[in-house]
Amino acid sequence: MKQIVSSTETAIIVNDVVKRFNAASEPWWWRLRGGRPAENGDHANGNGTIKARRGKELVTAVDHISFDVHRREIFGVLGPNGSGKSTLIRLLSTLLLPDAGTITIFGLDVVRDEMKVKRIINRVSVDAAFFKKLSPRENLLYGARLYGVSGREADRKAREILKRLGLRESSYNSPMEDMSRGMQQKVAIARAFLTQPVVLLLDEPTTGLDPRSKLEVEAFVNELRDVHGATIVITTHDMNEADSLCDRIAIVDDGKMVALDTPTGLKRMINRNGHEPSLEEVFMDLTGKELVEKDDLTDFELQKVLD
Amino acid sequence: MIRGLQLEMRQSYAFVARNFNLMKRYWGWEAVWLAYSIANSLSVTFIGAGAGEITGESQIDTNFLITYLLIGTLVWRFLASIFNNISEMIAWERWEGTIEYTFMAPVRRFNQMLGQTIFAVVYSLLFTIVIGVVIAAFFDLDFSDADLVSATVILLVGSVSFVGIGVVASILPLLYPERGAQMTNIVQAVFLLVSGVYYPVSVLPDWLQFLARLSPATYVLEGMRAALLPGTAEQAPTTYVWPLLLMGLVMLPLGVWLFQRAEHYTKRTGKLKRNG
Repeated sequence: MKQIVSSTETAIIVNDVVKRFNAASEPWWWRLRGGRPAENGDHANGNGTIKARRGKELVTAVDHISFDVHRREIFGVLGPNGSGKSTLIRLLSTLLLPDAGTITIFGLDVVRDEMKVKRIINRVSVDAAFFKKLSPRENLLYGARLYGVSGREADRKAREILKRLGLRESSYNSPMEDMSRGMQQKVAIARAFLTQPVVLLLDEPTTGLDPRSKLEVEAFVNELRDVHGATIVITTHDMNEADSLCDRIAIVDDGKMVALDTPTGLKRMINRNGHEPSLEEVFMDLTGKELVEKDDLTDFELQKVLD
Repeated sequence: MIRGLQLEMRQSYAFVARNFNLMKRYWGWEAVWLAYSIANSLSVTFIGAGAGEITGESQIDTNFLITYLLIGTLVWRFLASIFNNISEMIAWERWEGTIEYTFMAPVRRFNQMLGQTIFAVVYSLLFTIVIGVVIAAFFDLDFSDADLVSATVILLVGSVSFVGIGVVASILPLLYPERGAQMTNIVQAVFLLVSGVYYPVSVLPDWLQFLARLSPATYVLEGMRAALLPGTAEQAPTTYVWPLLLMGLVMLPLGVWLFQRAEHYTKRTGKLKRNG
């Protein structure tokens, strides 16, 4: 299923990116003078002493991370909760501004060329962001129109996609709040698909889904790349999913990148006396931590681990 | 160019259609709010009808007083509805958890505001007309000498500056995820107090009269009364159009600019994420 990436064209370049939260702001007189001088194309101060806001703890969510993603690659980002995966996705999707470093998507800077970047990306987050009282149809038409797709075209495509994802015709016009989380997540994927993104950012898209739904979503992700040529960045907790889906995987911990390689390459990094280690073992070996806390697992997943 | 314009219009329409769909889905709340607004406006108008009995004066022109209060309550319903619809656009998105999705879309804030404004004006106009029709059934009022054209122009021009104020107020839920929505109610309350909705601003203390001159609602109300109660105002209704035009020209671009600055700040500090 996995396609070997033939093109070497670089889709995404993440260069020494830093993102901190709760950092004290520059004094207003600095800002009046245009802020501190940027260095090497940085958008903000990446050097010097950074102080926390009063009563807050300074959090470095992304700590000098660099990587490239090739065109039509499925690039995985693995890490435990709070490791900086979602912050990284938000930086790529223009929802956060980097404190230092640069991110370009097909040569477009996410800060300077924000609107152009927005036109070629889409994101599916772990929490399916919908107007819960509105139906899938109403939500999808809203989303499609924001990206300039006409209502008629969006309606036709949405019905096709949702049918393939197993959504009943009768659910199409019922409020989203009446649907299961799994079904909501499928609608979220359909919404992203409608806008035909060149780069699709998936932030834990299968968390909380049953095994069958997971497989359907994974097949859909593969199709997005294989048939429609999308470049995909996916964050996940699921080792099997990462192993089967991703061409390369970056492991992040405490905002830092710990390793980056193909799944096979990562497994080769550690020695397990002859047997091939799992990605879980690779992660534990590299970071000394469990990738998934027991609290993060669904009952089904927990039972599977205990068995 | 035409394709670009079509795309931008489609984006603005996305907000209009979404809001009408939300209104349809929350029809129960809409019905409750309409009933409350009718009862509230009627209560205020009946004060005019009962003025003679309250004061013991038989010479009071109750029809004038009823019309005076009716204009106040209807204009305020209209402007407050516009203000609410614009200022709560961010609060809604935070509450629904869709703010990141909307802000990630390739939509210029101007197009978003335009869509929100079109919805707000149409919705508020329909809402106010329904209230007006119901109240009119209770009283025998004569508008034969009223200058309805001037009244309409004043109302529409005034709504532009109120949109600008609404955009500025919508920054509060953007900057303060937990308390921002409540803060917009305080802003609205101040406008209600100082703008002479139910009384002439001349009865206010001097310092509140100063604030009244900064409120576009003051000019809308005075202009509407000059147009609908001819012979009672010192100035012609059109006199009130100029300050409203000026305020609109300043407030609308200023509001959009401030909103963009606030958006930049939230993206720098990570405040978009919180749905508080």
